[in-house]
Amino acid sequence: MTRLDLTRSPRALALLRSRWPQFLLRAITLAGFIFTILAGLMGSVVGSHNFAIIFVWIAWWTALKLAFIPFGGRSWCSICPIPMPGEWLQNGGILQPRGSMGIGLGKRWPKVLRGTWIQAGGFLLIGLFGALTLTSAKITAIVLLFILVLALALSLVFERRSFCNYLCPIGGFSGLYAQAGPVELRVKDTDICAAHIEKTCYTACPWGQYPLALKSSANCGLCMECLRVCPSENIAVNLRPWGSDLGPKTKHRIDEAFLGLVMLASALVDSAIFLGPWGQLKSAAYNIGSPDWFLFAGAFLITALGILPGLYVGATWAANRFGSTNASLRKSLAHYSQVLVPLGLMVWIAFTISFAFVKFGYVLPVVTDPLGWGWNLLGLTKSAGVGETTSFSLVLQVAMLTVGLFWSSRVALRISETIRQAAPLIAFSSLFTMAMLWLLVG
Amino acid sequence: MPMESLPYKTTPTNWKRWAWVIPYAGLALLILFIPLPLPFHAPQDRLLRIEASSFQFTPGEIQINPGDRVTIELVSTDVVHGFSLDAYGFELKADPGQTATGTFIADQAGVFRFRCSVACGNLHPFMIGKLQIGPNLLFFRGIALGLLAISAALISVRNVSRGTT
Ligand SMILES: [Cu+2]
Repeated sequence: MTRLDLTRSPRALALLRSRWPQFLLRAITLAGFIFTILAGLMGSVVGSHNFAIIFVWIAWWTALKLAFIPFGGRSWCSICPIPMPGEWLQNGGILQPRGSMGIGLGKRWPKVLRGTWIQAGGFLLIGLFGALTLTSAKITAIVLLFILVLALALSLVFERRSFCNYLCPIGGFSGLYAQAGPVELRVKDTDICAAHIEKTCYTACPWGQYPLALKSSANCGLCMECLRVCPSENIAVNLRPWGSDLGPKTKHRIDEAFLGLVMLASALVDSAIFLGPWGQLKSAAYNIGSPDWFLFAGAFLITALGILPGLYVGATWAANRFGSTNASLRKSLAHYSQVLVPLGLMVWIAFTISFAFVKFGYVLPVVTDPLGWGWNLLGLTKSAGVGETTSFSLVLQVAMLTVGLFWSSRVALRISETIRQAAPLIAFSSLFTMAMLWLLVG
Repeated sequence: MPMESLPYKTTPTNWKRWAWVIPYAGLALLILFIPLPLPFHAPQDRLLRIEASSFQFTPGEIQINPGDRVTIELVSTDVVHGFSLDAYGFELKADPGQTATGTFIADQAGVFRFRCSVACGNLHPFMIGKLQIGPNLLFFRGIALGLLAISAALISVRNVSRGTT
């Protein structure tokens, strides 16, 4: 398959190799993160006037799904501020490679807690409490602060980026969809790595990956540490066709299926709550602890843990029966999880277009008046309009859903032996796409 | 364990394999944008009474026909709420207990969201209703596009198995 290795451009290589450009970006995101927490705690309680709400839930969340992931895979992880303080302590310095200098117990993450299960659980929590978090600057700030402290504490107990690898829901989200993204880090010449005894790249990797063994972009955070310590300049950063990690021979685990299904359920439920005309559903999702909320939570969990997985298991079971090999159902559930990746990615993009385009008008006013205290730092007119869905945005949403169905059907066909075998998975994707179509433009 | 082939080794993309994209893209644009005749209904005068409360409109989903002359009576049952209709630039504002009235001609067909335009509380940005004017053509176009997408997937994969990869 075609690849374009960025490190062959001396200028790009210099930018990736130096720790400074990345540090500057990280310093900016960390400062922004802390400012967001402060704005959330001290600023206006009117969500749409508070920097914290608008920047986290409109600007960043949109940028992640419309830019970072579809054009850069896990590129956000490369500049994410959350693990930074802990990592600096672990490394014993800010511009330091991983080594023995830092502090921390460096314990290994427990085996039973590995995989993306907890990340999926975190995403379920976002869904269950999202309506409140999304509208309350204070709670958004408290959640961000909690995450920052948790990541710091974990990095002092466990080795490397255990928080990112096993707990961070956004890490799970980015990793899952990075498999469809157009960026990958791989070794250039496998023989050079095989002959290299010290494996400095593995020692340096905050993610615990061994570049020679990288087959998927799901678990590589694109931090470039391996590229910096490799004595043979043997690390490539490739631009590649979208969807390169999805195919008949790539390896996938069953927890990826679960994560993919949780993401689909979240997109469905968020669309119903935030874009639908059902006021009672909104109030139920918002009034946490009320009887209505328990009804909502039950319905959400039944969708995420019952209905969607049920349909997926059914489709996989049928596909399995149409196949010639007697693969176990468990194996097939993992194998066909690849279909959920492009489907979920495009559905989230469509949802984001619907959700965020309307609210972009809020962004400039909170830049000029971040705390909602009536400042006008940039001298702009400050009132945000109501916002509206344009016919362009609607057509774009339909187009994104169409691409998602095409792409997931194509993956289903490529990883099946026959069309008949792919048909149940295509039916699953169609059903889900139609539900989203109805929620977004119905 | 066998090593995978070198990832930075490049083979030129076989663009012929993707030749089907052009007619399919044309067909997709046609499905999305081709004007379709709407069933004709004699325009009516409609009086719609919409109750706004935190954070919903009742009724939240309304269907009318293109060409109808619509008079909205917006009643707020708690705090001040607004009513702003996408694409129409039509706006009302109702004080609690008072009725705000406005009229417009439904000259654009499709499904339009209406939103509260006065900050009324935490869920205000999501206080939304739906006004459907005529049949929802975009939804049906979307379904036709979905079928097209599946057939495109079939074609693309058939070309893969005949192609070089
Ligand atoms: Cu309102």
